[in-house]
Amino acid sequence: MSKLALRNVSRRYGAVEAVADFSLDLVQGEFVSLLGPSGCGKTTTLRMIAGFMPPSTGTIEMDGQQISSASSVVPPERRRMSMIFQSYAIWPNMTVGENVGFGLQVRKLSRAEIDRRVDAILDVVQMRGLKARYPAELSGGQQQRVALARAIVVEPEVLLLDEPLSNLDANLREEMRFEIRRLHDRYRYTTVYVTHDQSEAMTTADLIAVMNHGKVEQLAPPEEIYSHPRSEFVARFIGGANILRGSALDEARVSVAGSTLRTTGRTLTAGKPVALSVRQHEIVLAAGKPQSGDNHLNAVVTRQVFLGSARDYTVALDDKTELRVTAPPGHNIAPGERVWLHLPAEQLRALAED
Amino acid sequence: MTVAAPALSSSSVRVGGWDATWLLWIAIIAVLLFLVVSPFVYLVVTSFTAEHTGGFTFSNYAVAWGRSRYVEALFNSLRLGAVSAGLAGLFAIPLAWGVSRTNMPGRGFVRMLVLATFITPPYTGAVAWILLAGPNAGWLNRFYMFVTSAEAGPFNIYSFTGLAVVIALYSFPYIFIFTTAALELVSSEMEDAANILGAGTWRTMRRVTLPLALPAILGGLIICFLEAIALFGAPAMIAIPARFNVVTTQLFQFFGNPVRVEVAAAYAMPLLGVTVLLIVMQRLIMRRRGFVALTGKGGERRPIRLGHWRWAMFGYAMFVAALSVFLPYLFLLQAAFAKAWGRGFALDNISFRNFHFVLFEHATAAKSVINSFLYAGASATAAVILTLGVAYIVTRRLVPFAGILGFLCIAPFVIPGVVLAIGFYAAYAPPPLALYGTALILILAFTTRFLPIGYVNASAALRSLNPEMEEAVRVLGGSRLTALRRVVGPLLKRSLLGAWLLIFIPATRELSSAIFLYGPNTKVASVMIFDMSEEGNFEYLAALALILQLLILPLLWIGQKALGRDFMLRRTAT
Repeated sequence: MSKLALRNVSRRYGAVEAVADFSLDLVQGEFVSLLGPSGCGKTTTLRMIAGFMPPSTGTIEMDGQQISSASSVVPPERRRMSMIFQSYAIWPNMTVGENVGFGLQVRKLSRAEIDRRVDAILDVVQMRGLKARYPAELSGGQQQRVALARAIVVEPEVLLLDEPLSNLDANLREEMRFEIRRLHDRYRYTTVYVTHDQSEAMTTADLIAVMNHGKVEQLAPPEEIYSHPRSEFVARFIGGANILRGSALDEARVSVAGSTLRTTGRTLTAGKPVALSVRQHEIVLAAGKPQSGDNHLNAVVTRQVFLGSARDYTVALDDKTELRVTAPPGHNIAPGERVWLHLPAEQLRALAED
Repeated sequence: MTVAAPALSSSSVRVGGWDATWLLWIAIIAVLLFLVVSPFVYLVVTSFTAEHTGGFTFSNYAVAWGRSRYVEALFNSLRLGAVSAGLAGLFAIPLAWGVSRTNMPGRGFVRMLVLATFITPPYTGAVAWILLAGPNAGWLNRFYMFVTSAEAGPFNIYSFTGLAVVIALYSFPYIFIFTTAALELVSSEMEDAANILGAGTWRTMRRVTLPLALPAILGGLIICFLEAIALFGAPAMIAIPARFNVVTTQLFQFFGNPVRVEVAAAYAMPLLGVTVLLIVMQRLIMRRRGFVALTGKGGERRPIRLGHWRWAMFGYAMFVAALSVFLPYLFLLQAAFAKAWGRGFALDNISFRNFHFVLFEHATAAKSVINSFLYAGASATAAVILTLGVAYIVTRRLVPFAGILGFLCIAPFVIPGVVLAIGFYAAYAPPPLALYGTALILILAFTTRFLPIGYVNASAALRSLNPEMEEAVRVLGGSRLTALRRVVGPLLKRSLLGAWLLIFIPATRELSSAIFLYGPNTKVASVMIFDMSEEGNFEYLAALALILQLLILPLLWIGQKALGRDFMLRRTAT
């Protein structure tokens, strides 16, 4: 049985559909990330799961029991969930210990038991020494750890995270995302993690739901999202892929800018327009015409930037389509010169129609 | 280890949004109907009710506006408002600019003196100015006669000008608060931009700084105007002996024996109308042209260097302070410690008898002070709790149409104190409630009168609180009540204390709504002072007024400790 299930959930604000027909099934212990640009509806979805707002249509179920629908909502305090907020929402009027112990106090545990569990969880997040501090005395990373400890100590069945790392600097962000995954693996609760950062989603989640304009574009494991983007949006959003447009010649070949390219990804219908995705570093760039004419495009360098570990080229095809190519740093070709691009068929994926 | 989680039972599912918050909403709206709507409705209805038959009539309006001197009183009020506001602007605007934008010396000191002015009730100021500028016996006249050996002094407080000056002296802090708030949002960079394009200091001030602050200045002028026409104490002490009437003193006469509340209600309508109109106008000015507030971060502000002119600025500030604080308090002290104030500063004239008399011998003076503090405390507490509830419901959008509740809390702002009192009298003096003369009617009237201050502060405090703080409680298993008790309450403690003080302090000296509602056992200090002024007991009066001021000081100190030195001079204070 699924732990948490969203069934055709939508949420409207006036005429705007913030979340449209969202369905999701999570088994116990799964870690899903809702990924998308701001305004895509991911936070709204999370807040509906938490019970802070009802869906306009559709239902949310937990362990097979309905907890949210348009007409009735189990209030957040009865959902056996925990949440980590973007602002952390650490209560400044309570010490670290009081913050972490709050949920246990609400559950009416004994003083001694609360102390024991608070100490244990503070050990886990390496904050034991700061138990008596007030939040104002803590750094951003420490506040984040308090928020984690506070959410986990009550042993939630579902943990919700709303862009928890967006207020941290880059180093801490990396450290904390491994921490979040480590704690998930240790306690095996079900996690829903909202973020706009693809690397955060990639490194933490078992399953990523890429969202755009309130809709789920693709729901799949990180590797599949990366290697088999289903839509142009997913291809561009994850790893910044190049998009080529052409028309299908038969079930595997496409005509692009006057050349013929073999593709993978899906079976094509001859005569239909096709969008192809290929990543920057998968394109091989050469100054001279290659031996075999297979899967090649002719282009002109319009710009190149030396990045140290690589060279970032912008090239234009004959039909003015611009592509970005990552080449080795020693490979120096001046703007204005002609180049040949090799696009390996295995990496040139035909995207789903619309 | 497992934690006993609250049950996920379907019985806890709430249906269709009908839950406890609705009951609270209904309770709060009932209280607001009682406090705000019903007195207002009674005021209007009473103005159309025949005194004996209880039938519908226009005759109250005919009586109220049938005599030319009644009509004249209205024009006197409007003229008084305009002149007082203009004078107050002359006092306040240079001071505000000097304090907030220049390197004038003693800026903190000047701020303190404005605060001292602000906490001086206008009726106390009026008494002091009677001592200073009473014809012949007034100290300024005596000094003039002494210096010039003239037969008579030039000053006469018992005149229209005298009254306007006194009101302006004690209402200019409103303009000061509005103007400094606006000027403090004008960043130096805006002025620098004008400078670098070739504008000098004065041109920059005229073309950039002042226009940016203008909406706030106009807003402050309007508040001063309204304060002047709604005031009762100072006009009653000065205008009545000067043999002219303003609307509030005329209303007082309609309330004399026999009480003609129907006529008073009819007579109060234009005052109410003018107030509503001007408040709407003020809001429009401040909203449409309130661009200062839009700049968000004020940026860095450097004081403008005035050179030698800074001493001229300081001199002007001291001149204003002399008129509003130094001279009045000097001669109030003299009177309070004198056997007879007219005998002047002589050692054999000093006595503590006045204090002893008002505290221990006078039949009701000490009790009136206690009453003032009790009623002020009760109404401040009630207003803070009520407005906090409303502000919470409004900011968290707990129920549809929550905005109505907020509107009702703000609405009393447009009702002058005397008019509010007439409404309360009309609504709750007759049976079945028969509250006239009880402590309760005073507490209720004070609560209503100060709801707007409470609401503005409570909603500002709540808006500064991230809702995620509460959501964190909810998601960890705490109810909304737990969130309020454990997180919202403690975090708002300071702001709520501030709101409480901002209500309590003016409530201890509230006169205009008390004068129509007090009874023999519920006399408050302000009414006591007013009575003493009618009897001419200036020594006792000065002693009592100083005691009242002295009692406020510890509260002021608490407020400054908890909320910062200028907590009474912020925009939320008015």
